[in-house]
Amino acid sequence: MYNEKVREAFANPKNVGFIEDADGVGKVGNPTCGDIMEISLKIKDNVIVDAKFRTFGCAAAIATSSTATEMVKGMTIDEALKLTNSQVVEKLEGLPPQKIHCSVLAEEAIKEAIKDYQSKNK
Amino acid sequence: MKSIYLDNSATTYTDPEVLKEMLPYFTEVFGNASSQHAFGREALKAVDKARQQVAKAIGCNPNEVYFTSGGTESDNWAIKGIALAHQNKGKHIITSCIEHPAVIKTCKALEKQGFEVTYLKVDNEGFISLDELEKSIREDTILISIMTANNEVGTIEPIRKIGEIAHKHRVIFHTDAVQAIGNVPINVSEDNIDLLSMSGHKFYGPKGVGVLYKRNGLKIGRFMDGGEQERNMRASTINTPAIVGLGKAIESAVENMDKNNAHVREVRDWFVKEVQSRISDIYFNGPKDMDKRLPSNANFSFEFIEGESILMLLDMAGIAVSSGSACSSGSLEPSYVLLSIGVPIEVAHGTIRFSFGKNNTMEEAQYTVDKLVETVNRLREMSPLFKQVKGEDKYV
Repeated sequence: MYNEKVREAFANPKNVGFIEDADGVGKVGNPTCGDIMEISLKIKDNVIVDAKFRTFGCAAAIATSSTATEMVKGMTIDEALKLTNSQVVEKLEGLPPQKIHCSVLAEEAIKEAIKDYQSKNK
Repeated sequence: MKSIYLDNSATTYTDPEVLKEMLPYFTEVFGNASSQHAFGREALKAVDKARQQVAKAIGCNPNEVYFTSGGTESDNWAIKGIALAHQNKGKHIITSCIEHPAVIKTCKALEKQGFEVTYLKVDNEGFISLDELEKSIREDTILISIMTANNEVGTIEPIRKIGEIAHKHRVIFHTDAVQAIGNVPINVSEDNIDLLSMSGHKFYGPKGVGVLYKRNGLKIGRFMDGGEQERNMRASTINTPAIVGLGKAIESAVENMDKNNAHVREVRDWFVKEVQSRISDIYFNGPKDMDKRLPSNANFSFEFIEGESILMLLDMAGIAVSSGSACSSGSLEPSYVLLSIGVPIEVAHGTIRFSFGKNNTMEEAQYTVDKLVETVNRLREMSPLFKQVKGEDKYV
């Protein structure tokens, strides 16, 4: 049901972990739904210099976490805020329809992390 | 890469011996078993033999055996057929909340047609309560349908006693024995069963063929309208090769039940102990008393991680299992069976069913445990829940 790209992103995810001195952390989802995504960001001069994730969830959740963290690295905050779940899905060359919500979580987690950073740096 | 099949509750392979018996009925003996000529008569002879094999295996009369397309059809026919034929007596049905969808959804469909259904709760090992069952019986109860063994957590229900209670109150008793045939000894008369469903591909027979056993004298509606096959009760051309296969498969499953069960249990029991000793934070779902669960079944929930991810990593290591998490079946709700036995919803998401077969070896079980340990550790490393609960996390 998953394409090769998703399987590969799931089997060999990038950026697994947590940035101890993160500038912003976003955590979305809840365990009863079977999905929690946590993204931590290191931000320097408005640019995301590092991104890591920890995810409780299905293969699609892990694959989208990995892909989204890869995509935002090097982006400015404004660029990252504009990242949409469909761009993540596109990067993965598609997800099964019932798994699209996983990509929404990835988008939300990044936005939460940036919001967290912004609230600390007002 | 290794290729280890631990999903025998989903389906078994067709035993080569079974296939060998089936093959001539595709080509040489291809006649329609309902035809009058020699071609037809020869096919009919084979179907009659299969009917006898089934009858012998479950202790009934051959003319109480009706061939169907599988377990789902048998369940549908039993429940809808009895409901329609006995609705003058009443419109109340009793079943359990952990039945297969073939039973539960059939009952739901009947509810829309004015029938009332009681879904008995189960305890934390999946057993129904006989007291509750008896208390639920009303004047207008016409049917009790309780599975012989559960497909997800392996619970073997006390069907003989259920049948006793049903008959004491003059209620018809149907059991979905799809998971039980070949694994659990069944005798329909001793076990007080009026109707029983089975499916060929769960005991090393072919797919697409099943049986409904119906006690003689019990009134039931037709399910398929059309020709006069199966004593005018189930229309459709007789599927001779599949029926021949089912007959051979049930014969050898029952003949070799003790031997196969002993082997499967040995491998399964070792596997369960090993998983319990090497992996922390797990739930072993279903009966703890190994005599009260299917010999093939081991069902575990692994906390802090999700079942589909486990399934996929094991699949990548060449191991085929089934996930109790609904994620894989397209819905986002975890299994209603697990929730019914009280597994917390967040834990239920991390469930895997391992179902062993007669050809699985100890080496395969060992390899599986090793890969499972790796998989669980790897996913827990990735999980934000694990670190938090384990207190290794600075950020919460």
